Amino acid sequence: MTNILELVNVSKRFSETGFALCNISFALPYGSIMGYVGENGAGKTTTIGCILNTLSKDSGTIELFEREMNDKDTALREDIGVVYDGDNFPRYLNAEKLANVMRGLYVNWDDDLFQKQLADFKLDKNQKIKTYSKGMTMKLGIAVALAHHPKLLILDEATSGLDPVMREEILDVFLDFVQDEKHSILLSSHITSDLEKVADYITFIHEGEIILSEQKDDLIYRYAVMRCKFEQFSKMDKADIVAYRKRDYQIDVLIADKSMAERKYKGIVVDTVSVDEIMLLLVKGERA
Amino acid sequence: MEIIISSNTSKPIYEQITTQIKALIMSGELQTGDPLPSMRAMAKSLHVSVITVQKSYEDLQRDGFIETTVGRGSFVSAENRDFIQEEQQRKAEEHLQIAADIGRTSNISLEKLVELLSMFYVKEE
Repeated sequence: MTNILELVNVSKRFSETGFALCNISFALPYGSIMGYVGENGAGKTTTIGCILNTLSKDSGTIELFEREMNDKDTALREDIGVVYDGDNFPRYLNAEKLANVMRGLYVNWDDDLFQKQLADFKLDKNQKIKTYSKGMTMKLGIAVALAHHPKLLILDEATSGLDPVMREEILDVFLDFVQDEKHSILLSSHITSDLEKVADYITFIHEGEIILSEQKDDLIYRYAVMRCKFEQFSKMDKADIVAYRKRDYQIDVLIADKSMAERKYKGIVVDTVSVDEIMLLLVKGERA
Repeated sequence: MEIIISSNTSKPIYEQITTQIKALIMSGELQTGDPLPSMRAMAKSLHVSVITVQKSYEDLQRDGFIETTVGRGSFVSAENRDFIQEEQQRKAEEHLQIAADIGRTSNISLEKLVELLSMFYVKEE
């Protein structure tokens, strides 16, 4: 009983476009936040669709709260809060009326919590949703997702449209949510600076495949980028190289063990690495 | 309790937390038996991930500064001066090792290094 969400070899192919998720496997432990990172079109939303059973996977298993979800499993859906990018609520409703709808959908709907969330986010409950700004819509989505007391929060690009001040507020909400160690968050995003602050795990997806799933601290403190001259690069042990990218005057080499590299390759610049740069090297660079 | 997290240093955040809590314990601001915030609460206050705080608490426990009991939380350990002393000595050794390395690779004589160290030691006194 350690993972709130576990995917094992999940595959899904779309025959029209040829896009496919290939053997996606990763696990999200209880009480943690995972950043699901990848460039546009990498397969993040498709993965989330498979998790939520809104898309049918071709093969593999997905366990939520240690069991597989089937189509009739409404109780399990109560425990999942979902926020998608963009406005998915009827635009002519206001928050008050939306609450009426939600109350009928979720057994655990908590009106007091919803009202409190609205007040915290400074959202006017009598204002029509269509007049909300992008940031306000996002906050409303988060308020709705939290108001039925989910244990797992899944957000698809939910912080992308927000300004830094608002993103900071949302991060607070997330950290509040995981104060309960039975709660977890799966957060897909390409804004990696947010993830770098609060995520416990980072999982990279690229062209439908998981290329890395690690603890964030391991990634940013153990991984590093070496800035090599071409001659230095040619002498490097290929087993040490995770990915590399040739540029005009230097080669950036992603390595998985910083202290080893510092000892083994004297005279080569070893830089700490951000999640952004790891993504760039994994996606744009060549993998060894 | 105050903890300052710098984002503009190569020093990992968990290390920043560890060193500062150690300093608080050694300076006596945190006393034996004092409770530490829960890992989740501290993660929220510092805006860092839970695993980061967990790692620093684990290091503090390994080094004998705190004790963690499941369900109760973490507390400052019964005072253990020897331990702290040892820890400090180990830290000094690390730095001296670096100095020795630099000395060897750059042909600075041992006598010169000893002389410098003696000078610093007396000055700081």
